[in-house]
Amino acid sequence: MQDSIGPSIQLTETGKLKHFLTVSGLNKDLLTEILDTADSFIEVGERNIKKVPLLRGKTVVNLFFEASTRTRSTFELAAKRLSADVLNINISTSATSKGESLSDMLRNLEAMASDMFIVRHSQSGAAHFIAESVTPGVAIVNAGDGWHAHPTQAMLDMLTIRQHKKHFEGLKVAIIGDILHSRVARSQIRALNTLGVEEVRVIAPNTLLPEFVETLGVTVYNNLEEGLRDIDVIIMLRLQRERMQGALLPSEQEYYQLYGLTRERLKIAKPDAIVMHPGPINRGVEIESEVADGNQSVILNQVTNGIAVRMAVLSMAMSGQTETQNARKNERLDRDKA
Amino acid sequence: MKTAITKGRIFNSETGWTECENILIENDRIFAIDGCLETFSADEVIVADNQWIIPGLIDLNVSLREPGFPEKGSIASETKAAVAGGVTTLCCPPDTLPVNDSKAVSNLIEEQASRYGHCRVLPLGAVTKGLKGESLSEYSALKKAGCIALSSAFNPFKNLSVAKRCFEYAKTHGLSVFVNPLEPSLHKGVVHAGQISTTIGLQGIPSVAETIAVAQLIQLAHTTGAHLHLSQISAAESVNLVADAKTRDIPVTADVSIHNLLYTDRDTLNFNSLFHCQPPLRAESDRQALISGVTNGTIDAITSAHQPHEAAAKLMPFAETEPGISGVELILTLAVQLHDQDDLPLDTFIRAMTDGAARVLRRPSPSLVPGETADLCIYDPSHRWLCTPETLVSTGSNTPLLNQELSGRVRSTLVAGRTVYRLVE
Amino acid sequence: MHDNQAVEALLHSMAQELETYLSRQSITHCEFVGIRTGGVWIAKAIQALIGNTQALGELDISFYRDDFTRIGLNPTVSPSSLPFETEGKHLVLFDDVLMSGRTIRAAMNELFDYGRPASITLAVLIDLNRPELPIRPNIVGANLSLRPDERVKLIGPKDLSLEIEHLRSSGDER
Repeated sequence: MQDSIGPSIQLTETGKLKHFLTVSGLNKDLLTEILDTADSFIEVGERNIKKVPLLRGKTVVNLFFEASTRTRSTFELAAKRLSADVLNINISTSATSKGESLSDMLRNLEAMASDMFIVRHSQSGAAHFIAESVTPGVAIVNAGDGWHAHPTQAMLDMLTIRQHKKHFEGLKVAIIGDILHSRVARSQIRALNTLGVEEVRVIAPNTLLPEFVETLGVTVYNNLEEGLRDIDVIIMLRLQRERMQGALLPSEQEYYQLYGLTRERLKIAKPDAIVMHPGPINRGVEIESEVADGNQSVILNQVTNGIAVRMAVLSMAMSGQTETQNARKNERLDRDKA
Repeated sequence: MKTAITKGRIFNSETGWTECENILIENDRIFAIDGCLETFSADEVIVADNQWIIPGLIDLNVSLREPGFPEKGSIASETKAAVAGGVTTLCCPPDTLPVNDSKAVSNLIEEQASRYGHCRVLPLGAVTKGLKGESLSEYSALKKAGCIALSSAFNPFKNLSVAKRCFEYAKTHGLSVFVNPLEPSLHKGVVHAGQISTTIGLQGIPSVAETIAVAQLIQLAHTTGAHLHLSQISAAESVNLVADAKTRDIPVTADVSIHNLLYTDRDTLNFNSLFHCQPPLRAESDRQALISGVTNGTIDAITSAHQPHEAAAKLMPFAETEPGISGVELILTLAVQLHDQDDLPLDTFIRAMTDGAARVLRRPSPSLVPGETADLCIYDPSHRWLCTPETLVSTGSNTPLLNQELSGRVRSTLVAGRTVYRLVE
Repeated sequence: MHDNQAVEALLHSMAQELETYLSRQSITHCEFVGIRTGGVWIAKAIQALIGNTQALGELDISFYRDDFTRIGLNPTVSPSSLPFETEGKHLVLFDDVLMSGRTIRAAMNELFDYGRPASITLAVLIDLNRPELPIRPNIVGANLSLRPDERVKLIGPKDLSLEIEHLRSSGDER
């Protein structure tokens, strides 16, 4: 289904990226461009000096309203490898709702001449809101907002799949776990469908599936064994402990019995199927240790790819903002001349 | 005071639209239609110039924000917004601060309205003390202080036993009970639970959170005989339940917010907080059912559900913003949009906000005939204007029409024959 | 104007000049690096002429350009590939057309991020003699004078030839 309406706030007039908020609204060519650009940055990571001067002199602010060491450090590393100056700001959500408003905070940060904000927030739509409020010329990259989207994670997953499977056409992909609360799953599903895989399956108990989940473009399986048949790519999602408290699942043991990826169950999928996980892994809850460390697991690739994909997205977004600002400057000059 | 309005197109429920030479108004009554202008010697002549002359609209839900929320609005500002929209009578809900559950607060509202208000204000008294849903407030005192009915606003009854007692006590005093139907244990979320909420990852409120409450409340009306008015229903199944109840002569009426007739959950795809409302904007199938409900009379009235907010209330990620649209002064513009989209004929709309609303309040239908009260507005459908915080009358600019060029605006409004609003350009 | 035969002749003379130059500098072993895309074609052609079968390095300078803030990122960037160590090595850098020198500066910056070479020898097919930076080639196929609104382009990868194009409005510097 069409996922967004109106002109996309993420794109310049020429269809280039200037914010990266969600995979939705981006076409296959643009997603492929992100993957190709990321390939070049993987190569940078293999050199002696793992830096390129693309964002030299630019200030990138990590604005994390939700704690996350892992995502924040990959973004920080990505920005530094592009030669940017990086500022890390962690704010607990309560500070904004009671004290300084989000808009005011942005104004203050902008006064420090920031060029880009990487935002992680517990509310769906937070990155969109910030992109709408921020001064033109400042790029916003979504590091995860509520249940809505985690586009860089999805893209690094796509890169990992492409490295191992070469083509997206004809692939059958299964996403296993808590889809209901997962922004990663939503972004992955969008990306997989845009890039043209043959089938996306979600495998989970009904309590962990959103109502109307089929409208996302997936086939639904409640039974793991059935869902794994013929699968090329297995994506595990992390099970959060809070779900047990929320009366959505009886226990970790029951979940593992029914949905845990064991060596035995892995055999049901295609023999060359790859196993992915956005991390951090709950060994013995969603995945057996031997599978996580086994030779079908590409989890460590995902980490390397994470830096490269983020470097790609940061430089493309900055480039798009530059293009828009220059276009505006030229318009103004033309108007003054006339 | 004598006023003459010349050359307009006058609307009456029974007769529809007629061209008229003039309407002559003396003091608070209509003196004559197409009378003799020369001998009338009017003090003021308003040239309507083929504009529309409509009976003053009755809006069953307009939040005036006073007492308690000065940053959002006041009785003075929001009644002015109301008359700027052609509304001459409005009901204000009791969810003020303090809650209107006492004679004192009702009197305060009445006094402020008579001194600074621009239109007729009929307060709705709180159906429970403090709107906590636990114990009865003083219905007799509220009625004496001028409350036209009781309301729970969006605050649910703690349990059905309390609700039943409220209905019984209200029946004793001959008061209607206005309820925004919702079952609190199911009513968690900020948008409609459906395809859209699944896609954008916002928690959705399922239709059943409303329809279960509608079913229960109808049963209470049926058992106690109290008049139940369902405020702002939003789901297709709610319309079915109301239609069913009416065939069995259960004393139920219902209204719908004009925004649920115009917009759907698709409008929240880009997280635009201006579309964050309670009840939420539901799916297209619900919207169509609501429109049919108005057309066939199952839904008696349309309201603006006016809720002005300060800018900061909407400047946050969607789920953190306060729900509500500021819309009373744009209600006719929105009605024309519904008409132009072939969704709802303008005549039906006007009837819903005159006859329909009057029926809910158990008052006589307004009409523009000699001898009737001169509550009316003059609407210019061709007036083009830009909707900005400066051009809006309400304190709240939280409308999806903000920064759009609009066609159509009220030029004058009269209450009891007195011009209470004139468009200043 | 400069058809395949003419370009072949230039490549021959460059190959000879290169061998002479390297022996004069006492460079016995060196690595070849071409700047995409034209420089790679030139490098391959000259490698073939001197009978050199070593792996060729290919440099994509998109990340090192000095006009990122003006024109943004090239959407068709692809990874550079240097299949050899550059630390302490003598490098020969090939490009098709030398104009302002900014491409060469970017290429040198990138090469240094791989390691510290012992030396860099610059070989270009065409020198337009319009330097904006103090960068001079060691080996030149031919010098060419163009009008301000003209540009020269290498067509390849087979049957290499040169084409002169006319620009329309205020020129885009390469």
